[in-house]
Amino acid sequence: MIAVIDYGAGNIFSVKNALDHLGFESRLTDKAEDLRSADALILPGVGAFPWAMNMLKLSGLVEVIKQEAARKPFLGICLGMQLLFEKSYEFEECKGLGLVDGYVDKINEPGLVIPHMGWNKLEYNHPCPLFDGLGSEEYVYFVHSYKAFCGDGALMAYCQYGSKVPAVVGNGKNVFGCQFHPEKSGETGLKILSNFAGLIK
Amino acid sequence: MLAKRIIPCLDVRDGKVVKGVNFEGIKEVGDPVECAAEYDKQGADEIVFYDITASHEGRGVMLDVVRETAKRVFVPLTVGGGIKTVDDIRETLRAGADKVSVNSQAVQNPSLIREGADIFGSQCICVGVDAKAIGPDKWTVFINGGRIDMKLDLIDWVKKCEQLGAGEICLNSIDTDGVRGGFDLPMLKAVVDAVKIPVIASGGAGKLGDFAEAFLKTDCSAALAASLFHFRELTVSQVKEDCKSKGIIVRQCR
Repeated sequence: MIAVIDYGAGNIFSVKNALDHLGFESRLTDKAEDLRSADALILPGVGAFPWAMNMLKLSGLVEVIKQEAARKPFLGICLGMQLLFEKSYEFEECKGLGLVDGYVDKINEPGLVIPHMGWNKLEYNHPCPLFDGLGSEEYVYFVHSYKAFCGDGALMAYCQYGSKVPAVVGNGKNVFGCQFHPEKSGETGLKILSNFAGLIK
Repeated sequence: MLAKRIIPCLDVRDGKVVKGVNFEGIKEVGDPVECAAEYDKQGADEIVFYDITASHEGRGVMLDVVRETAKRVFVPLTVGGGIKTVDDIRETLRAGADKVSVNSQAVQNPSLIREGADIFGSQCICVGVDAKAIGPDKWTVFINGGRIDMKLDLIDWVKKCEQLGAGEICLNSIDTDGVRGGFDLPMLKAVVDAVKIPVIASGGAGKLGDFAEAFLKTDCSAALAASLFHFRELTVSQVKEDCKSKGIIVRQCR
């Protein structure tokens, strides 16, 4: 069972719809015991970083997320990816989950439309199990105004929007994050979700 | 680089797809969920449902359509038509829409744009605008399916929408809609130059090359069409192939 962490953020039904469509059992949940018994975790999210961290704290899930992320496949999506980092500067400096090295700050591209919204092409930086079966021309759907700043080691794939925008990040082990919405990225996104679910042992 | 988007629009009344010509003489054809799934297969970058149902019961039917579509189609869904309040926006997003498109209601109550953007984020508030030329390089905004001239300058209005927090403008030209002679390029260019947010071209696509022409001659972000795709005169993939052959970046489909 894949636990999709429900802390009141955004349209988490889309993630569940995609997992249902792919035939993977999943549960929308805010219960620590579900996170412990799950085979994998997905942290979705739309909204602002400090608000989301606060919601996670209020739901009492921060510690269990950190513990479980050390031992099972973990995927953060969009804001859920940003929460994986050490901190963010959205509105104010705010600590994140600290599962991946790096921080989150505003996209600063004078002349370009912010939010970065639409389909952009994945450029691969390191091999990653989420990319199994993907080709060289894969487009995924982004909607965000903040982006990750991380070292080369954590950057699995990026896209070009003025400069490099981290698209897929990871800790080199079982923790992954997608800045784009795989659940809204057509067949490419479904393949990435299916690759993630395939990591369940 | 961001890809230019090709967006098929499905006009829905009482849960069935219809297509009006110049907003009149509406014909009924097809199940919206099946149509959306077909467009997804063809490589649609986004799908728009435009609800032309007037009744309250009809809105519930529309939300069921969105719910069912969201289970089968995994590209962004936009729902427009009949969205009057923040609660309507919330209900529509909860049913599985990624964006809502507000039109007449936004003109009559511009604070709907600001409230929607503040609560749900600019990215999910698209403002649909119907406009018509009243002179050279001069257009006004119409509401209620192109029936009422609001005597509101188009350029002033789109700038205001941007200030209020709209994430996107879907610009429909009443002059070219249904005529199939291509998008209204002068109007489109004027709007694209007036705002920084993405602009979707709508109204007038009649042949393959019309889409690429809009992208080559203006900086619009997306192009939308209904009947052309609906009556299967063209597929989304044919349009994308044509754009690609002309050097326009479009999403490749698997």
